[in-house]
Amino acid sequence: MSTQSILGLFQQPELAADAMDGLKEAGFELGTFDVLTGTPYPEGAFGEYVPQHRLFRFPAFGAIIGLTLSIFLTAVTQLAYPMVTGGKPILSIFAMLIIMYEMTMLSGVIATVIGIVFESRLPNMKPGVYDTRITEGWIGVVVTFDDDSKVAEAQNVLNKAGALEIKTA
Amino acid sequence: MQQRRELDQSYTNRKLLNGQLDTPKWWAPTVTGLGILVVIGLIVIATMINKGLGVTGLGRPVFWGLFITTFVFWVGISHAGIMISAILRLTQAEWRRPVTRAAELLTVFSLLTALVFPLIHAGRPWRIAYWITPYDISRGIYPNIRSPLIMDPVAISTYLTGSTLFLYIALLPDLGNLRDRTTGWQNAMYTVLSLGWRGNPRQWKMQTVGGILLSALMLPIFVSVHSIVSWDFAIAPAVEGWHSTIFAPYFVIGAVHSGVSAVVTMMALMRWLWKWDDFIRPEHFDALARLLIVVATGWLAFTFLELIFAVYGQDAPELALREMQMFQWPWNLLFIIFLLTGYFIPVPMWLFKRVRTNIALMFWTSILVNVGMWLERFLIIVPGLARRTPFVYTWEAYRPSAVEWTIFIWSFCWVTFLMLLFSRFFPLVPLFEQKESQVFTEDVTIGRAKVPAIVREAD
Repeated sequence: MSTQSILGLFQQPELAADAMDGLKEAGFELGTFDVLTGTPYPEGAFGEYVPQHRLFRFPAFGAIIGLTLSIFLTAVTQLAYPMVTGGKPILSIFAMLIIMYEMTMLSGVIATVIGIVFESRLPNMKPGVYDTRITEGWIGVVVTFDDDSKVAEAQNVLNKAGALEIKTA
Repeated sequence: MQQRRELDQSYTNRKLLNGQLDTPKWWAPTVTGLGILVVIGLIVIATMINKGLGVTGLGRPVFWGLFITTFVFWVGISHAGIMISAILRLTQAEWRRPVTRAAELLTVFSLLTALVFPLIHAGRPWRIAYWITPYDISRGIYPNIRSPLIMDPVAISTYLTGSTLFLYIALLPDLGNLRDRTTGWQNAMYTVLSLGWRGNPRQWKMQTVGGILLSALMLPIFVSVHSIVSWDFAIAPAVEGWHSTIFAPYFVIGAVHSGVSAVVTMMALMRWLWKWDDFIRPEHFDALARLLIVVATGWLAFTFLELIFAVYGQDAPELALREMQMFQWPWNLLFIIFLLTGYFIPVPMWLFKRVRTNIALMFWTSILVNVGMWLERFLIIVPGLARRTPFVYTWEAYRPSAVEWTIFIWSFCWVTFLMLLFSRFFPLVPLFEQKESQVFTEDVTIGRAKVPAIVREAD
């Protein structure tokens, strides 16, 4: 048994939404079929499975790491070379705050970018069945299954919804 | 605002990818010409490093001149990106769509250029490593974090890294689009760069949520960067005209003024060069000009506040400096040009809709603003140092040398060169944003009326 996927291509968003409904009615599990578009549509436009994500955790973790590193860098470098200037304290808190702020933000941004890539499930260099017309405005409904016996059923649903073309991989 | 005509997605692809798929005829000769000028500039920089700063007009007491002025100018221009992209994205302003990529790009390339100036200004750039990187563990010598000259590279590196990542994330869907339209080595390149983008709901959701999140994170960085640049001056107590408490917000708002004006210049050029009349429309210039009126007026208020604070304190050296800036030749001429070009010519013109929607006039007025904003930085930095003070035993008038002017011109050629090089491989207008706008503007039925799904301001 191998993982197989088929892609139905539509020109009208309404027909793609009908195909998604048809797949749900035919008993295909959520997460086994998806919609591919060349432009963002409003969430739920195709009745698609709305993915959950944990993106908001990434900047928080990143910021904590950045803050910790920046405290270490600013405090340790000053304490390691404790030169008193003008009778002022060795640890210059206000100057440290600026470096700490920048490093915290930088680390937060880098972690967010990692989070976006990770939560988008990228990189994915073997993305499976695809059609370049999707970025020309066509809408693809892709169905993935382990059980080959369901291929005909999925094709039937896509055809019934008005797919202009069906590709398999 | 005007309603635009509906554009299908293949037309949008064809028009907005014309820089990558069907390179315009002017591109190669322009890039070659700019490339030659860039090389000449680099040779001049190398010669200056070899001969020393003696080839510049810098000397006692003016050690910060054209290079530092141009550094502050480019950092200011870089504020266009986040101002336009992040704020307009967060507020979901519909007119942001064709503007964001150009603005983000301008941020990245102007920051890269800005960084060059303090490096070459140091005379021996390799020695910068001693004071900005904590590398020499064995000798226990570390950067002095109490100095704004350390805070500055830290802030600019943060802004540059963040802006570059922000730009890349927003490019992913368009890289996927380019992968679908190309063959051979180009296809291989875009396949790798797009990371296997497919356009499923999860990926689109991450684009939306991630874009908003990154915008929210980049905004505080954007405010901090020019604040810290201002502290390069404001923390120095010895120079009149520099140690002002309003410098941080004054610099930030001035940066936004010059940055947004630079975006207007760039938008006009993009419309003319790539013939993107369907995408960059007069309504976008109208919206940018309205924004500029507010920003410019805020900036003018800070300019006068700075003068009022100086006069109100009745501090004799400060008064002498202001008298020199405004009434002594040649500073008085520069001061008048600065006020006229920075505010009093462009802003009254922008009050008229006919001007705001006239792209040629917007182009020239936006250039005027940046002439004024460059002069503003020059007038802040140089007169304070050039004024005769009791503890300086020698004075020489500062006159930038040909080497300095060449490097100054080189910076403009360099930024334009990088922009054009980018445009050969990546789209300057985000395609997916344009297409999303088309999806969202489809009509909805309310009762018996059909209205655009996006609420727009009436004419």
